[in-house]
Amino acid sequence: MKTQSAFKNGEYIVRISGDIDHHTTLGIREEIDAGLVTNKPKRLILDLSETDFMDSSGLGLILGRLRKCTEAQIGFVLVNPRPPVIKILRLAGVEKMLDIRIL
Amino acid sequence: MKTLKNKAKTQFLALSENESFARIFTAGFVRNLGVTPSLLADIKTVVSEAVTNAIVHGYRGRDAESSLVFLELKYYSDKTLIITVTDRGCGIPDIEEAMQPFFTTDAEGERSGMGLPIMDAFSDSLRLTSSPKGTRVTMKKKLL
Ligand SMILES: Nc1ncnc2c1ncn2[C@@H]1O[C@H](COP(=O)(O)OP(=O)(O)OP(=O)(O)O)[C@@H](O)[C@H]1O
Ligand SMILES: [Mg+2]
Repeated sequence: MKTQSAFKNGEYIVRISGDIDHHTTLGIREEIDAGLVTNKPKRLILDLSETDFMDSSGLGLILGRLRKCTEAQIGFVLVNPRPPVIKILRLAGVEKMLDIRIL
Repeated sequence: MKTLKNKAKTQFLALSENESFARIFTAGFVRNLGVTPSLLADIKTVVSEAVTNAIVHGYRGRDAESSLVFLELKYYSDKTLIITVTDRGCGIPDIEEAMQPFFTTDAEGERSGMGLPIMDAFSDSLRLTSSPKGTRVTMKKKLL
């Protein structure tokens, strides 16, 4: 797992490559939450185009960030989740609660 | 009559870095069985869920050095894969409750409570047996 982040025009973009599982979520969560505090963005964008694998731990990460962003009135967008990730979001019934963009 | 075609077994310490080991071990086992990418994704997901539960819940608060997770894969002539994940942890007091979508005993850990419902949906059958001596999850997946 590797993350790459950028902040521009009020948007905080985090690209997560590799696997999102229980082992990797803790580090990803800390990085994103710290970035939200320092950057104070209008919008958090999680770029999942290079996320190869995600299980329910990733679901917890996504729903946790959605909650946090909603509370802080920050927009939250998921970009390019691959079919297996979409399958998990759909099964959990949260696909419709999320702003998912395929670019 | 169905016959056993292949079998592999591994055991590892209840450390989170072994979650990816379990997925890679499983992917290696099914590598030559002609599974589609989406089937492979399902298989990796259910293994990851079961192993993570053993590590996170089964052995919660215990020493990882003395906590083992067991993963067994069996492939049969009728093209079924049987995945068994066993821990010797604390057990699940109420299986029916544990199976409910969004049920979790670890909400602070930002768990979604969707692991068992995902295992159920992504496999063709799921059997859970549990006692205060540990938990065993057995999943069947047709590789067609
Ligand atoms: N191997 C196990 N040993 C002990 N308890 C378990 C085990 N597996 C599951 N449980 C119990 O069942 C509950 C539900 O499990 P499930 O995998 O559905 O959700 P979760 O692990 O809490 O969250 P998520 O999988 O979404 O991260 C757990 O919170 C835990 O209390
Ligand atoms: Mg779980």
